This record gives sequence, structure tokens and C-alpha cells, in this order.
Amino acid sequence: MDYITWRAFYTVLVFVLFIGIVFWAYSKSSKKSFDEAAKSIFDEEDVNNTERQSKQESKNNE
Amino acid sequence: MSQTSPQQIEYNLKVVRQFAVMTVIWGIIGMAVGTFIAAQLVWPELNFDIPYLTYSRLRPLHTNAVIFAFGTSALMGTSFYIVQKTCKTPLFSDKLAAFVFWSWQTIIVLAVITLPLGLTSSKEYAELEWPIDILIALSWVAYIIVFFGTLAKRRTAHIYVANWFLGAFIVTVAVLHIVNSMSVPVSFTKSYSLYAGAVDAMVQWWYGHNAVGFLLTAGFLGMMYYFVPKQAERPVYSYRLSVVHFWALISLYIWAGPHHLHYTALPDWTQSLGMVMSVILFVPSWGGMINGIMTLSGAWHKLKTDPILRFLIVSLSFYGMSTFEGPMMSIKSVNALSHYTDWTIGHVHSGALGWVAMITIGSLYYLIPRLWNQTAIYNTRWVNIHFWLHTIGVVLYIVALWISGVMQGLMWRAVNSADGTLTYSFVESVEASYPFWFIRFVAGLFIVAGMILMAVNCYKTIRQGTPTREVLDVPAPATSTAA
Repeated sequence: MDYITWRAFYTVLVFVLFIGIVFWAYSKSSKKSFDEAAKSIFDEEDVNNTERQSKQESKNNE
Repeated sequence: MSQTSPQQIEYNLKVVRQFAVMTVIWGIIGMAVGTFIAAQLVWPELNFDIPYLTYSRLRPLHTNAVIFAFGTSALMGTSFYIVQKTCKTPLFSDKLAAFVFWSWQTIIVLAVITLPLGLTSSKEYAELEWPIDILIALSWVAYIIVFFGTLAKRRTAHIYVANWFLGAFIVTVAVLHIVNSMSVPVSFTKSYSLYAGAVDAMVQWWYGHNAVGFLLTAGFLGMMYYFVPKQAERPVYSYRLSVVHFWALISLYIWAGPHHLHYTALPDWTQSLGMVMSVILFVPSWGGMINGIMTLSGAWHKLKTDPILRFLIVSLSFYGMSTFEGPMMSIKSVNALSHYTDWTIGHVHSGALGWVAMITIGSLYYLIPRLWNQTAIYNTRWVNIHFWLHTIGVVLYIVALWISGVMQGLMWRAVNSADGTLTYSFVESVEASYPFWFIRFVAGLFIVAGMILMAVNCYKTIRQGTPTREVLDVPAPATSTAA
């Protein structure tokens, strides 16, 4: 394949891939997982601040 | 220890704290040097006839300090924070992370020493000589390993979108730096580019514009996608849009470099290609801007009371403005007027001071209290004062340079209709620019004053608090049965 043909093929390939990404991103099936991902940064319940926790523990001990 | 207690792992916040503090310090230094050289343009005798203080040597020091010391320290620190929090796992290697911090600070100190000495490869934004370039490559490879190693051992199924932008920034900057810094050393302190002529120019601006596209845009968009939703306490407006504009942005930016070389020895078709790609780039750029700003939809009232959110949202407005202006300026006929004038410098600062600095400042005001066990910054009123100092500074800066830039472009192209000779000599355009350069200097004073206020505010916050220890409960691995 000569250089020009390869470039032309590559341009079309990238275009098709991009259209694919748009369809994938806006498909109904990925909506749920994307919504979960968007909310995932607020999900910090399992993170403990040790100082606050230890204060609470000492309160409990009293 | 109780036998039921799950295994606990601790986030590495130490390296984030180190980078956060250095970001503020380098911000003040970099912007102060910028204000000083702005003063030199108005009062040239301010170089005191000392070669180390000449504009030509301090200007690269200013750009290196704000892009690689302030901006990149901010990116390294926040990316280490974001990747740990969103992947719910500590950093891949604490030792390598410490190496990234110390090697990066060493590189900056070396830049502060070598640039005033006049040691430069003379490539814009890549001035540092080859031994420092090698150190940059090593530091960056360690950064890649820590970031992607952390992604690989994540405890979440999905990789949050901020990490996509940060990952693209980290990988691309490595490629750009290594390719553009290829050179033939002739001594320990001097080297010559491996490329020649128009190819050298094209490689340089492929590097230069992608430093803008990936370091100053993609990296800070990664920052935006974490800190804007967090501060607004709302998920990002459209996760789908973030996916689409990510792929569009990274596949288009790589082509935009030739617009720095309009009407030069670069082949015409390359210039036109660069122009078309730069114009299209407007679309994914605004995708990111809209996504960030609309995150606040339905909660606009928060802007009234929250100066941190104001920093973050106004930064996006400046991002929108400069990514509209940029594609316009890349059009050849507009570029014929704007190129080599102050308009370009105004445009860069609308992006750098408006977008990059404001998103960083907002993110640091969010981050610093949380890194030192505080619920809020020491004084929120000072944040508001900083916001106005910074905003007034940026607006003064870009408006002054718009006017002087367009004026310079018009003066340079004016010809006498009688005989076709130039109407103005170059020095007449310099003389006409003085008032605007003075306004720029005043704008710099506003911005540096705001940064100093920020440093005091952060110092007080840090003094009040103690370093945060954040641990994560994870189920004990099945193999580690109690002894």
C-alpha cells in the first residue's frame, strides 16, 4: 500500500471509529454505567478519616 | 486488634501535600518574574545592565516557571490525588512518587540556574539543555509508572473520566518531550537540534502546540472533571459528552501545530491542514467548557456564596473564550494580522491566567484544607478578594494586549497609497504600545498580589491543621488467615 492510499484509509478509519464512539456513548445500554461513573466520585463511605474515627472511639470508651 | 477488622490501606497524601505547597510557591515566583519582565518592557533600564537580568534570559525563565513549575506541579499533585480517590487504591509506589516530586523540583531549580546564565537550546518552551532534558525524561517515566500502575491496581470497575484526560496528558507529553528534545550535544551545556530547517520548525511547533493541547488543556480538563463536580456537589453534566469530547479533542489537537508557522517556509498544504484542524478544534473544546459550566445547572445560586466555585466556573468561561479566539487566530487571513503582535501574547495569557491558573487556584482552595484535616480554608473572604484581584488582572491584561496587538498589526501593514512605502517604522509601533504595556504591568501586580494573599491563606490553613491521614477499609484478602 503506498503512502497516499494508507493516509486515505487511515482518515476513513478514524472517522468510522469516531462515529462508533459517538453511537456507543449515546446508546441506551451505556447510560446506566455512565450515570454510575459520574456519581462514583461522591461514593466515599468506606473512606475513614482516622482522626475523626479515633475521637469517636475515645468518646465511646468514655 | 480485633479479628473482624478489615485490612486498612492508607492513601499517599504526603506527595500531594508537597506538590500543593510547591505549586503556590512556584506560582508566586513565576508570575512575579512575568511582572518584572513586563516592567522591563516599559522601563528597559530595569535590567541594570546585568546579563543575567536581561529580558531575553528572564522571559524563558518566566514561561518555564509558570508552565513547568507552577502548572506541572499542580497537575502532578492533583493527578496523584484524583487517581487514588477515584480508583480507591493508594499510589502504585510511594518511593517512585517521592522520586517524581524531588526530581521534578530539581529540574526546576536547574532551570532557574541555567536560564539566567544564558544556557538554552533556543527552542521555545523546550529551552533546557540536554542533561536536564534527560532528567526530565527519567522523572516523566517514573510519573507514567506511578500513574498507570495505580490505574492498573484500581479497586473500581470503571476508570473515571478525569483519569482519561490525565492519562492522555502524561503519555503525550512524554512522546512530545522525547521527540522534540532529540539533539546532538557538542559540550555539556550546548547541543544542536537533530532536525534541520523547516522540519525542525515543524517538530518544534508540533511539540509546542501539543504542550498547550495536552499539558495546558487535557491535563487541566482532568483537574476540572474532578474538582468542579466535587465543589458543586453535583455529578458532571453529561458523562457521554465527556467521552465524545475526550476522543475528539485528543485526535484533533495533534494536528494543530502548523498554525504557528503560517506564511513561513513550511509547505502551504501543511499550513492549510493545520488551519482546518485548529478551526474544528473549537467544537470539542467547547464540549468540555459546556460540560463543566452546565454541571452547575440548577445550582447557579452556589456561585453567589462560594468563591471557590466562582474560580472554577470563571476559569471555564476563560477556557471557552480562548478556545474560540484560538481557532479564529489560526485562520490564515486573521493570522496575517495577529501573528508576531501582542494579540498572541494576550491570547496565551487568557488561556494561561484565565483558564489554567484559575482552575488550579480553585482546585487548591478545595484541596489544601482537606489535606490538612480542615473543613474549609482559613478565610473565605480572602478567597473572594483573590478572585477579584485575579479577574481584574486577567481582564486588564488581555484587553490591553488585544488593543496593542491589533494596533501593531495594522501599523505594520499600513502602506502609503502614493508609492507603496510603509507608513510607519517599527519603532513607531513600539512607541505606540507603551501605554498598553504599562497596563499589562499593572495587571501583573494585581495577579501577584492575589497569589500572595493565597499563600498567606494557605499558610494559615496549614498552621491550623495537621496532615490528613485517610485510610480505606478493604476486605482482608482470603489468603491472610488469622495467625
